Amino acid sequence: MKHRHRIKEVGFWALFFLVFGLIPVFAKSEYHLVLANHILIWGMFAMAFNMLFGVTGMLSFGQALYYGLGAYWVGLMVKTFGEAWFLPAIGFGVLSAVLLSMLIGLLVIRVSGVYFTVLTLAFGQLAWQITFKWYHFTGGDDGIQGIMAPGILGNHIVYYCFTLLLVAVSIWILRRLVNSPLGLTLRCIRQNPDRVRFLGRRVRRNQLRIYVISSSFAALAGGLMSGVNNSIHPDMFYWTTSGEVILMGVIGGIGQFFGPFIGAAVIIIIQDVVGARTEYWSLIIGLVMMTMVLLLPRGLVGEIQAFMARFKSGAGNRG
Amino acid sequence: MQPILELDAVTKSFGGLRVTSGVSFSIEKGSISAIIGPNGAGKTTLFNQITGYLNPDHGRIVFEGEDITRLSTREIVARGMGRAFQVTSFFPEETVLDNIRVACLSRLNMTRKTMKSVSEFTDATDKAFSILESLGLDKQADRQAFELAHGDQKLLDIGIALGLEPKMLLLDEPTSGMSPEERLLTRNLIQKLWKEFNLTLLFIEHDMDTVFGIAQTVRVLQMGRLLAEGSPEEIRRNPEVITAYLGEEVL
Amino acid sequence: MDLSFFIMQFLSGLTMATLLFLVASGLTLIFGVGKVFNFAHGSFYMIGAYLAYQAVSVWHANFWISVLIAALGAGVFGMFAEATFLRRIYGRAEEGGFQILLTYSFILVIDDLVKLIWGTEYKSLPRPLGFGGAVNIGGLTIPAYNLAIIAIGLVIVILAWLILSRTRSGRVARAAALDREMLGSLGINVPLTMTLVFGIATAMGGFAGALAAPLRSVSPGAGIEVIIDSLIVVVIGGMGNFWGAWLGALILGEVNAFAVSTVPDWASLFNYLVMVLTLIFKPEGLFASREIRKV
Repeated sequence: MKHRHRIKEVGFWALFFLVFGLIPVFAKSEYHLVLANHILIWGMFAMAFNMLFGVTGMLSFGQALYYGLGAYWVGLMVKTFGEAWFLPAIGFGVLSAVLLSMLIGLLVIRVSGVYFTVLTLAFGQLAWQITFKWYHFTGGDDGIQGIMAPGILGNHIVYYCFTLLLVAVSIWILRRLVNSPLGLTLRCIRQNPDRVRFLGRRVRRNQLRIYVISSSFAALAGGLMSGVNNSIHPDMFYWTTSGEVILMGVIGGIGQFFGPFIGAAVIIIIQDVVGARTEYWSLIIGLVMMTMVLLLPRGLVGEIQAFMARFKSGAGNRG
Repeated sequence: MQPILELDAVTKSFGGLRVTSGVSFSIEKGSISAIIGPNGAGKTTLFNQITGYLNPDHGRIVFEGEDITRLSTREIVARGMGRAFQVTSFFPEETVLDNIRVACLSRLNMTRKTMKSVSEFTDATDKAFSILESLGLDKQADRQAFELAHGDQKLLDIGIALGLEPKMLLLDEPTSGMSPEERLLTRNLIQKLWKEFNLTLLFIEHDMDTVFGIAQTVRVLQMGRLLAEGSPEEIRRNPEVITAYLGEEVL
Repeated sequence: MDLSFFIMQFLSGLTMATLLFLVASGLTLIFGVGKVFNFAHGSFYMIGAYLAYQAVSVWHANFWISVLIAALGAGVFGMFAEATFLRRIYGRAEEGGFQILLTYSFILVIDDLVKLIWGTEYKSLPRPLGFGGAVNIGGLTIPAYNLAIIAIGLVIVILAWLILSRTRSGRVARAAALDREMLGSLGINVPLTMTLVFGIATAMGGFAGALAAPLRSVSPGAGIEVIIDSLIVVVIGGMGNFWGAWLGALILGEVNAFAVSTVPDWASLFNYLVMVLTLIFKPEGLFASREIRKV
């Protein structure tokens, strides 16, 4: 059991660095580099989201709030004070996400289940409306263009490596977290919150902890993304952004640590292939979501694993 | 006699219906005793009040000299009160080991730690293994809890409570749903755990062999009231108890 | 602020409250009775609005008949969605999360289907014949159509109250709110009841959408705006509570009407402000019955 986990883990990291390390070497165009960058950042965002949903059982429909927050810190600071503020702005974005998620968390974690989902959605939409309407500060619907990272980070390959490094460190931290006592406690909260109270633990306090942690990674993702696309837009706050990150989790498998990353890759590649050819993108992701929920609730990674397990035990029975 | 738990006129109603009505008793430290009574007598509700899951309307509950009537579950558990449940309560998708390890980690106040793997917490892990051995579940440590047989899940529930190193342990129908053979094993196991972990043990039970086999004191609840209290012998002979609950067959 | 201005705004708020109540009470009905959270409820509102547009502008039907067609259409579509998709996930572990995800996929699919059928441009409806003008009451000119909506809302509240308190189906609905299993043991066909309740609720959404169509133009994406407003309503009132939905709609409608007339650019933020205040002071909603259990 433990052995298998070990192999899976080593396998992931080997594949991760092999694929994403070689992309700058083999990428035919800058476009491919951007695509790979998107997979990295969304993958990390989705894994952080899954700390809430897959691990703790809290379906937040408002993680776009922190993603947008991270992006707008970078966008606004670079626009106002210049490129040199790019990196500090990422830090400020994460810090403000910590503070804001603590504040909002105190309000929304008092209620559970569907209520939590609804309220996170409402706060996300509130942020979107403010960004959208506060034209002379945020640029409203126009967003902010021409956000450049300073110095050598302005080089696309260097920026890619920078993202790769930060994403790898983030995933590693999340991995440690899942295996830690806090991770175990959070999984227990999803499965049986009442029993966790009888362990003498505060359920809501721990939920708040993971809400803050997950949200700060969302802000990091937003900050990094602004340097990839060189532009930001209020839609980063919009509910469909939260919906997309949820879909990535569900496609990969919310019961799987690495699943959401795979889900992000799948969605971004589909988006690249199909999205360019149709304006009915939301119909497609709607149908994908429906299929996953009804037929493959464990996600691609989870279902493949379940299939392999059945296959193995079948072979074992025969032999 | 040194009491560990004292109930003083504990009363609770649900919308006009009195489920616990002026119940008073006190439990001696280190004792093992039972609560019996027909279904709906208010036994589990009483446990819920002792453990802070429900607040009594009136009355006082004192644990080790401290008034815990209005404390939360978390605070009462922190003071050394453990509980296993009538409807088995555990963490189905975690391994058997982790089910108990999380309790041990909680006891050590380690559940906030984020950067070290649970297996690196050797104190908690060793403690969890020793509990698994006492329960006879050590061979199944790596299985997921939902795969266990019903009887083993009941033991796991008790194991989680033991991971918190409670001074007093409340067991709600520990042998329910078990075969007669399993019951006998569990009865002996409970007695063993009681001695091994220096517990004060209070259990709710319908199986009279278990009750009269291991309890030093038996209390009978009926319609939310304490009908009788005494040694197994006294309870067996108590005419009120016989008409109200035991009937003829026990004699 | 003079009195006539105040009364005008109040009535405008009441109109909005009525529409909000019609949508939110459908949402709260499914949740209260079926323990199903229909995230796509606003999309049924949108379907109602588009069906009304179709009936009036393309088929040249009478407005009021179009409203009934819209309600019926949304209800039938709702029953189809429940019986074909939602039913499959009842009782699954972590049902709540999957309900949201599944109904979320409904939103996405319905949005694009609407785009496919009716295009992306805004659609609007003329007010029905005889309700285009204004009524003069004591020196105030009030749009006749708004008064009609308020009156319809009143009739529906009274009807709903009669049904819930006086009829067998009402009692069944209230029992179902307590326990799905218990209903089954009473010999009530639970799956059929669920589908019907879903149909009634989505029909109410469609009805509201059709009624609102002459007041606000509709476009794809209306579903999410409406669902967020109705969610705020049920958060204020307490989820699953019929009268809570009524009170929530009233508060939100009035706050909105007065905000629109004083700070038009930021009016929609006031909806969230009300929600946040409710959350701070009464997180379980104004009308929610307190949980017996202490946690």
